[in-house]
Amino acid sequence: MSETRLEMRAGESADVVLRGATVLDPVAGIDAPHDVVVRDGRIAELAAPASASASADGLEEIDATGLHAFPAFFDPHVHLRVPGQEHKEDIETGSRSAAAGGYCGVLAMANTAPPVSTPADVEALLADARASASVRTGFLATVTAAMQGEELTEMASLRDAGAAGFSDDGLPLRSARILRRALQYQRLCGGTIALHEEDPELSGAGVMHEGPVSAALGLEGVPSISESTTIARDAAIAGYEQARIHVQHLSAAESVEAVRAAKAAGVRITCEASPHHLCLTDEAVRSLDPRRHKMNPPLRSEADRQALIAGLLDGTIDCIATDHAPHAAEEKEVPFEQAAMGVTGLETAFAALHTHLVLPGTIELGLLVEKLSAGAEPFGVERPSLAPGSEANVALCDLAATWTVGEDGYESRSSNSWCAGEQLTGRVQMTLAGGQIAYRLRSFSMGVAA
Amino acid sequence: MRHLLSIGDLSKAEIEAILDRAESFAEVGRRDIKKVPTLRGRTVVTLFYEASTRTSSSFELAAKRLSADLVSVKAAGSSVDKGESLKDTVATLSAYDPAAIVLRHPYAGAAQLVAEWADAAVVNAGDGKHEHPSQALLDVYTLRRRLGSLEGKRIWIVGDVLHSRVARSNLIAFRQMGAELTVCGPPALIPRGLEQLGCAVEHSLERLGEAEAIYALRLQHERMSESFVPSLREYAAHFQIDSRRLGRRQLLMHPGPVNRGVELSGEVIDSPQSLIAEQVASGLVVRMAILYELLASRDSEPAPVAGNGRHATPIGQPA
Repeated sequence: MSETRLEMRAGESADVVLRGATVLDPVAGIDAPHDVVVRDGRIAELAAPASASASADGLEEIDATGLHAFPAFFDPHVHLRVPGQEHKEDIETGSRSAAAGGYCGVLAMANTAPPVSTPADVEALLADARASASVRTGFLATVTAAMQGEELTEMASLRDAGAAGFSDDGLPLRSARILRRALQYQRLCGGTIALHEEDPELSGAGVMHEGPVSAALGLEGVPSISESTTIARDAAIAGYEQARIHVQHLSAAESVEAVRAAKAAGVRITCEASPHHLCLTDEAVRSLDPRRHKMNPPLRSEADRQALIAGLLDGTIDCIATDHAPHAAEEKEVPFEQAAMGVTGLETAFAALHTHLVLPGTIELGLLVEKLSAGAEPFGVERPSLAPGSEANVALCDLAATWTVGEDGYESRSSNSWCAGEQLTGRVQMTLAGGQIAYRLRSFSMGVAA
Repeated sequence: MRHLLSIGDLSKAEIEAILDRAESFAEVGRRDIKKVPTLRGRTVVTLFYEASTRTSSSFELAAKRLSADLVSVKAAGSSVDKGESLKDTVATLSAYDPAAIVLRHPYAGAAQLVAEWADAAVVNAGDGKHEHPSQALLDVYTLRRRLGSLEGKRIWIVGDVLHSRVARSNLIAFRQMGAELTVCGPPALIPRGLEQLGCAVEHSLERLGEAEAIYALRLQHERMSESFVPSLREYAAHFQIDSRRLGRRQLLMHPGPVNRGVELSGEVIDSPQSLIAEQVASGLVVRMAILYELLASRDSEPAPVAGNGRHATPIGQPA
């Protein structure tokens, strides 16, 4: 997964052996206990359990008996808030948060203050990532200048500067004409265009899903069709231009259907869903707690949640992306309608989905692992793998560990986790990212194998 | 009862207890000296972030009739104008150690937040389009006096339900008391999924005759510019309660302020079936009962130390 468009802090290459880990990499077809030998930052060998001769090689011994080793996860949709909103997050805290969640790579959105719209912006961010990122970090640039929705950015120069793709995420592209021009220009410069799909005319001032719960709470609703009608429009445009689009944070059943139809029609379209949309419904909004339950797109109905799960199962939904959206306490300690949109998700994605979807038997562990690392491919990034010879990108997880979200604080600068206070089962113990040890859970003892 | 945030938090018995208490305050109101010493030495803060006549004046008078010290804060002209957050304003007012904070706020959930931040009992005097529980209690009180029980009674709520906190709280309260609810208005002003709250939905007044009581809601002028309805004229033609539509035995209610000639015609406002003035009078005694229930009743007392035999102060006695 060594990509020039993604950068991280240079550091010591990992030399470790994960002794007796249950190795699960569905894409590489690996599902068995192994000693995972990591030498000089690469997967050197998947040896039979207790067979690798580590000490002679000077490798650190890690007792991974009872633990699972997965390809580390990749999140194509996070908000690192740099530049301009460092009180919420920065590259150091955001990438540390990613590492704590088992991620080896993230792509940051461009809706910063000011937005990432010039080659100099991208170069500065990549330089910052080289200095402070714990995991490989890439940056999307905006599709339109200053995210105004009116003129294209210098997309080719932005690609040359290292932009990993393009998105006006946070806002939809209102103009079909502008989207079409961007997709035409994509033939020249490449770069997947990631789309926040929403019709502002239909969303209005909505703050939650439109349905019986919004009716009961007196909150303005965002109808599901606000998302699905825009997806249908944009898929048609992408199909016409034979262009490559990625639909962000699907939330509604109608949207899953729109993407399914577009794929069937041969459109080059991928899409993502977020852990909170896969685990919660609008019933949660009865809390009126914006810290945990206000985000855009909003939490939708149980039927929508089931449609997202069905989309994961049949492949309509390509990957899981957290839409990690940190906000400062004072931006959330206000009445629901006034609060900022967004929740954090990097540190809890695996544990929450394991607890909500895998343990009850809704989806298989292998599918979860696959979907958590599949977010690399839509942006042309090599997918993390445990196949020997690969760069070491490993999430070492204890599937039996129970913990309460937030009990030890967060690596993120913000605490607006959608599952704050919830007890989850499954926890990342250690993360290797880009060939380096990016994270160790403080209480995870590094016992020397006998 | 620790706070009054949502009418849904109250059981039928709890609602009835408050209404019975209000009856006794109505009796006090007929005396020459209308004041009782129940809350002497305690402080009530009213904090209003929205314009209000009925609700603010009745809560203020209710606190005074109970002998509480009253601090009235309106957002306009206060530190709120200078950008102070709700949390900081509540912290500031909490320094006076109020026994109760009565809050009116333009956004849903504000009272719930204040209840988390403050030690005082919090009364939700309207939060956004969410709830207005004291209005629901005074409306049940008013209707109960006329109808006896609400059990099995058919009530129609007519008008702009989408933007109405009164509609939401009254729907819950009337149903809690056993009434059968129908909600009627133009389709865009009836929230999607409302029927799941346990009411019938109609878009025509054709069957209005079945109602024992009609509760009309205020239609705000700005709804026209947002195309919820094409014009006031067209709204009035289809949904105005006028003397033609209001039956002789039907009761008419409205939370005020009325747009005369829009949701109600002038003659029905002044008709004998209209309870609108009674609603205002009920507002005072019901809000006295709410403050009493929160601050002076046995339930709101701190848990007594075992065996010390503390009792609540009886009504009208020095605390």
